[in-house]
Amino acid sequence: MNQPYPKIRIRNLSKSFGSNYVLRNINMDVMKGTSFVIIGGSGSGKSVLLRCILGLMAPDSGTIEIDGKNIFELSYSEQAEKLQEMGMLFQNSALFDSLPIWENVAFSLLNGHRKNQPRANRAQARKRANRVLKLVGLDANNIEDLYPNELSGGMQKRVGLARAIASKPEIIFFDEPTTGLDPIMGAIIDNLIVDCVKKLGSTTIAITHDMASAQRIGDQVAMLYKGELIWQGEADKLMYSDNPYVHQFTHGLYEGPIKMEIKV
Amino acid sequence: MYQMKRPWIWVAMLGRMVLNGIKETGTLALFAIRGFINIFYPPFYWRIFWGSLLDIGYLSLPVVALTALFSGGVIALQSYTGMSQYHVNSAIANIVVLAVTRELGPVLAGLMVAGRVGAAMAAEIGTMQVTNQIDALKTLSTNPIKYLVTPRLLAATFALPFLVLIADILGVLGGFTVSVIKLEFSPEGYIAATLNAVKPIDITIGLVKAAVFGFLIALMGCYHGYRSRGGAQGVGAATTSAVVAASILLLVFDYLLTDIFFAK
Repeated sequence: MNQPYPKIRIRNLSKSFGSNYVLRNINMDVMKGTSFVIIGGSGSGKSVLLRCILGLMAPDSGTIEIDGKNIFELSYSEQAEKLQEMGMLFQNSALFDSLPIWENVAFSLLNGHRKNQPRANRAQARKRANRVLKLVGLDANNIEDLYPNELSGGMQKRVGLARAIASKPEIIFFDEPTTGLDPIMGAIIDNLIVDCVKKLGSTTIAITHDMASAQRIGDQVAMLYKGELIWQGEADKLMYSDNPYVHQFTHGLYEGPIKMEIKV
Repeated sequence: MYQMKRPWIWVAMLGRMVLNGIKETGTLALFAIRGFINIFYPPFYWRIFWGSLLDIGYLSLPVVALTALFSGGVIALQSYTGMSQYHVNSAIANIVVLAVTRELGPVLAGLMVAGRVGAAMAAEIGTMQVTNQIDALKTLSTNPIKYLVTPRLLAATFALPFLVLIADILGVLGGFTVSVIKLEFSPEGYIAATLNAVKPIDITIGLVKAAVFGFLIALMGCYHGYRSRGGAQGVGAATTSAVVAASILLLVFDYLLTDIFFAK
């Protein structure tokens, strides 16, 4: 066993809603400091998988280990501690619209559960927010007092990214980071993600159906189809996979084994 | 649902309704307990508390004041038309002050605040729920119940008695104004009759009722908002449920509290 122990280790994870299987026997390992991208069509279970790893949703069976500890066996306060080490960029950014930008970014410093760290006072938190906003390429001095609805979608995404990395998390999750952005802004966000992750040394899991984005931000890629991981491999091999499902999906072909389910 | 013979389907539906009702009551009770118990676990989010206190206590003042003023006046007018034939006009001051402090003050102020504040809470928290802001709170290691619900419950419980005290004074003032100006009573006589009729216990119990009503209004607003699902329509439905449920519960508890305190 020369292989180092994975940061995130998922074994036999299953989840169903009623008779509808959303995840079936998922097994995956994410090594520390690497970027893992999960691709898959709408309704393939990507979001559910992400929510399970975050602990927002409980699976029916299986284990998710972070640093070797099953997160579903943790006590309430241990769980809060784990969450403290995680950050998440939501698809719609999910900024708090009643708070100004800087308070959004500094939210976990001001309000979050903070073990072993004193709660930041507002002046410190504001300074930190300013630094993080500059890190994601925003004109911090001009926008920190604005509210989220006064920003464009791309800027909101950046603020969302700033909020996710503000507490220097060990694991960062990205839920379709480029969806709803134009291709150039998508590329910019991807670059920011890669940059920030490198600087922080974090482990990341992203879900996306944007192939360009998957290759830009991922080291490892896995494809989820009907709740099962049907392919895993290096990101640069993704486009040359001979798996017919992956081939159809990555090249966006109409013909192939995947039939889109129109019926509900 | 299993296929059933016709006569039995009604039994099944009845059973389902009862079970759903019990489940709902249990969920609500757990929600209330979680909201309340977090008062004792730091951190307490003072900014949210002061904001809600201002919104409920101060910004509801005009609505509650006008309601109380006119209700007091109308009671004086109605009891005069009813009683002038028995020549017991002196009882009007008596009726006004007891009706206002015991019932109308708390109930009308409660209903107005339920419409104003309960709806706003449900809409705000509901919108946060459907736009993933509540999930975002969790990923920022902040307990959403503690952050959103606890300060509001507490603020409403404190603010309502204060509002009702104002409503009591203005209600009596309304009755006084109508009696003196329109019905040509002597001001000294009216005031003396009022002071003679009202006991501190009447006012105190009215204020206790108000605190209970405040708790119920905030609970309904937060609970229905927190459970809203499915976009704008879901938030709308949650808002309606919050106001309707708060109003009904308020009247039910008004009866129960009256039964406990006054019926001897």
